[in-house]
Amino acid sequence: MTDWLGPEEWRAVALSLQVSFWATLVSLPLGILTAYALARWTFPGKQVLNGLVHLPLILPPVVTGYLLLITFGTRGPVGSILADWGIVLAFRWTGAALAAGIMAFPLMVRAIRLSIEAVDPKLEQAASTLGASPGWVFLTVTLPMALPGIVAGTILAFAKAMGEFGATITFVSNIPGQTRTIPSAIYAFLQVPGGEASAMRLVIVSVVVAMAALLLSELIARRVAARVGGA
Amino acid sequence: MLDITLRHAFPGFTLDATFRAPPGVTVLFGRSGSGKTTVVNAVAGLLMPDAGRIAAGDWTLLDTERGIRLKPHRRRLGYIFQEGRLFPHLTVRQNLAFGAWFAPKDAPREDMGRVVDLLGIGHLLDRRPGALSGGEKSRVAIGRALLSAPRLILADEPLAALDEARKAEILPYFERLRDEVSVPILYVSHSASEVARLATTVVALDAGRVVAQGTAAEVLGDPAVLPAGAREAGAVLTARVLRHHDDGLSELDAGGTSLFLPRIGQAPGSTLRVRIAAHDVILSRTRPEGLSALNIVPGVVADIRAGDGPGAMVALDTSAGRVLARITRRSAWALGLAPGVAVHAVIKSVSVAPSDIGGQVPVRPEHPPI
Repeated sequence: MTDWLGPEEWRAVALSLQVSFWATLVSLPLGILTAYALARWTFPGKQVLNGLVHLPLILPPVVTGYLLLITFGTRGPVGSILADWGIVLAFRWTGAALAAGIMAFPLMVRAIRLSIEAVDPKLEQAASTLGASPGWVFLTVTLPMALPGIVAGTILAFAKAMGEFGATITFVSNIPGQTRTIPSAIYAFLQVPGGEASAMRLVIVSVVVAMAALLLSELIARRVAARVGGA
Repeated sequence: MLDITLRHAFPGFTLDATFRAPPGVTVLFGRSGSGKTTVVNAVAGLLMPDAGRIAAGDWTLLDTERGIRLKPHRRRLGYIFQEGRLFPHLTVRQNLAFGAWFAPKDAPREDMGRVVDLLGIGHLLDRRPGALSGGEKSRVAIGRALLSAPRLILADEPLAALDEARKAEILPYFERLRDEVSVPILYVSHSASEVARLATTVVALDAGRVVAQGTAAEVLGDPAVLPAGAREAGAVLTARVLRHHDDGLSELDAGGTSLFLPRIGQAPGSTLRVRIAAHDVILSRTRPEGLSALNIVPGVVADIRAGDGPGAMVALDTSAGRVLARITRRSAWALGLAPGVAVHAVIKSVSVAPSDIGGQVPVRPEHPPI
């Protein structure tokens, strides 16, 4: 496999996996919390939160990328504070992960929120009468019952992160080995003569990864459904 | 002894109930919409009432005056829901162990093996609720509540979702719970036969208010109460099985009066409750002759209540106990019925349904005045 892909292509694949993995891992707890809040709580500003979460889905990715740049860039309001602590996101792979995570967030939250809404609150009540505190009710009833949606949302978010292009290239540019993920690499290869073969190989990798993610989520969802459904 | 005072205003409905639940089974009895489930949910903490107090001795669940409102998970109750509400992602064994896991380590608890035996669910332990029948789910739900080391068991019409055959299967388990487990039970029902079989104490609710409370015989035999309506009315007699006859009938002794019923399961010598539906009782001023009915019980009219329609409810005091008869007002007038008049109650033996015959009768509790 390493022979089939050239060193630059291989770096793009490895970077994409790294960026998507961290983007998904870090946003998962936040995604579950947001989904739970939107599904179960009533609080002022709920619609505002809902809108903010969904904004990256509706905005042009370039706009999201630009907003990230002026916020998290080294002179941006958040970026300058982070820079004081020695954390730089702009033009780094961590920035690519932030962009991918934000772009994938609405998909993750939507899937998890739907599955949490599908958990019968009467079962949560039953757990509380049996002595489970709200935290334990969440861990022992809500979370395991929402698991199929959480798995689906996670894999969907991972696939979305793998494919993120617009926001990433705007925020962190297209630096080989640092921010050149598969989509950016395909774009770069298509800009130079003779790059079509490299681009094609990366396209194949993208398709394989996407298909594998889809099959995996299907498999896990079916297993979980069989467990919950009885027998 | 659980003391309950609740007041809560819903749009168009106000609950204002005060009652006591002594040890044993206290049945909250009334038609749908009378506020039974509201009371149980308030006791469980799933509904926070406007005002009220729920306490047993120094154990206070709710006292709005003192600002005490225990969260549901701190109340240590075993709630048996109408729909079971088993956790579908857990096995039966995990469902049963769920409550015990959260109970304080030093809480007196039932032994899992004993409860599994009591409910006959040993062969189901490794299955998930999705693979259980309705009756099996009900039994697991009972076990789950029982094993959470509760200080009080709540049951909200646990049989309502079952067909008659399943009801007949589950009811004996509640009788065993009442007789073999020391935890008090608050049981919601709109079925007179469930009340007759299970209740140590009956609290009759109507439109959010307590209209009567006492033993099953007292409340069901009171023609002024009829919480489930005149159609469901029927008094409860306590009787001892004398012998089983060869022709398929069983002879019972109720306070010196012989009653013949279709063959019942209990052995001679055992005591049980028999509910006599009011519409199955015929009244006669003289002792009837040449009648096919086997059970003729002499008594004295204690009370007559005319209904809104053509019917009247007549309460008789007999040596067997209080008997209710539902007759027409025309008949009551024609017979000249009035309190103190001697009559004979005629009960067709075949009319006593098996579901109206209960197991052993618990010791009659003391009813302090409230």
